[in-house]
Amino acid sequence: MQNHMKPNATSAATGAMPLLRAVDVHKSYDRLEVLKGISMDVEQGEVLALIGASGSGKTTFLRCINLLEEFQQGEIDLDGEPIGYRMTGGRRRKIPEAALSAQRARIGMVFQSFNLFPHMTAEQNVMLGLTKVRGKPAAEARDIARHWLERVGLAERRGHYPFQLSGGQQQRVAIARAVAMEPRLVLFDEVTSALDPELVAEVLGVMQDLARSGMTMIVVSHEMLFVREVASRVVFMDGGHVVAQGPPQELFRDPESERLRSFLGRFHGVFS
Amino acid sequence: MLAYNFNWDVIWRQWPTIIEALLLGIGLAVASLAIGCIIGILCAFGRVSRHKWLDWAIWSYVEFIRNTPLLLLIFFVYFGLPQMGIRAFDKIESFILTLSLYAGAYMCEVFRAGLASIPNQYVEAAKAIGLRPWQRQLYVVLPVMFRITLPSISNTLISLFKDTSLAAAIAVPELTFTARQINANTFRVMEAWLTASALYLATSYAIAWVLRLVERRYSVIR
Repeated sequence: MQNHMKPNATSAATGAMPLLRAVDVHKSYDRLEVLKGISMDVEQGEVLALIGASGSGKTTFLRCINLLEEFQQGEIDLDGEPIGYRMTGGRRRKIPEAALSAQRARIGMVFQSFNLFPHMTAEQNVMLGLTKVRGKPAAEARDIARHWLERVGLAERRGHYPFQLSGGQQQRVAIARAVAMEPRLVLFDEVTSALDPELVAEVLGVMQDLARSGMTMIVVSHEMLFVREVASRVVFMDGGHVVAQGPPQELFRDPESERLRSFLGRFHGVFS
Repeated sequence: MLAYNFNWDVIWRQWPTIIEALLLGIGLAVASLAIGCIIGILCAFGRVSRHKWLDWAIWSYVEFIRNTPLLLLIFFVYFGLPQMGIRAFDKIESFILTLSLYAGAYMCEVFRAGLASIPNQYVEAAKAIGLRPWQRQLYVVLPVMFRITLPSISNTLISLFKDTSLAAAIAVPELTFTARQINANTFRVMEAWLTASALYLATSYAIAWVLRLVERRYSVIR
């Protein structure tokens, strides 16, 4: 996976804008603050892994990126454009839903519980965004859907409904649905956590294939072997903060943070 | 000892009229269900829209309809509206209007429960691929809600079909009215009411059977 190792300083060195930049993102549910100032840059082609214990805020942060969660302070920019909020007259306002939908269309997302549309076949699930959001004719959308379903190994299952597919197959359809839209980046939210152990590998295999093709990905995962293999950078979150980050080899070999060390200690055998 | 001599001749002679009356009843029920579903969907969305006044207005409508006898509503619309200067409807239209409002109130509750039972994850997935709010409703929420509520829609259609018998009260020539006519003209009491009953029973079963096929076809959510 060395070909994906990109130094963090790319944008600083070239002066180019990062694909995604989060600056001081704060989020609270009522009085409970779950994100306490998250900042990070994600470069084009990077595979960023967000790790941390449950409750550390990693999934919440991921959901803030396409505004499935609102956040009260800070900014997330995609290609330099602020996501979800605008400053108008010195006040921070949510942008209109139509504009928000257009922004979300540039970000793919794969969920823990697959979330396939239950009344549509695998192929129709992939086609919906292509025809209704991208405005592609049905025939072209069908070709694209078939291409991606084949790519995730489900060419024969394209006419199946979600309830006729295994969890691993459903999740691969969900990945095809996300990437067929040609998003700028894809968010993966613990996508293997709801799968039976024997089905995890087929999904991780698809993700590894996408990573190799240069897709920019942010992955929340507990699959430490996968993270070590595929991620170009790992961000460790704890208690709503980014505690440590770096390339997985460095970060896992010699964790400076005590909290990261104790977190990694739970994954016996993986890091010894 | 049964002291009644059956004579089915009157029924056979009146058979075309009876079948016409039955079809009219089915037509009234289907039309009212269709209009009622539209009213119901609009009201269900109105109730979840968080507009306080809209919610209150729809709640009042639903409670009024559901707690008032249908026959009284039929009389009110048929006899009351013309008194108030609204003479736009003949008796069939007036009955369809009443039964649609009646069905709409029940369907509102059915659809509201349906909307509430749609897992949020489907809406989130629709958001994530960039569908606009109305597209999310049209392509994801409504089709899923329709499938969830299909059994309730079937039950409503059957009960609406049986309720069309109340149209006899305003002389709409549906099955009950026709049976009463035969009864009045020929005094064949048992033949007339047994025939009507059998036809209601058979039709209700047929509707249930057809709708079960539809349910099986569309029940893709398990």
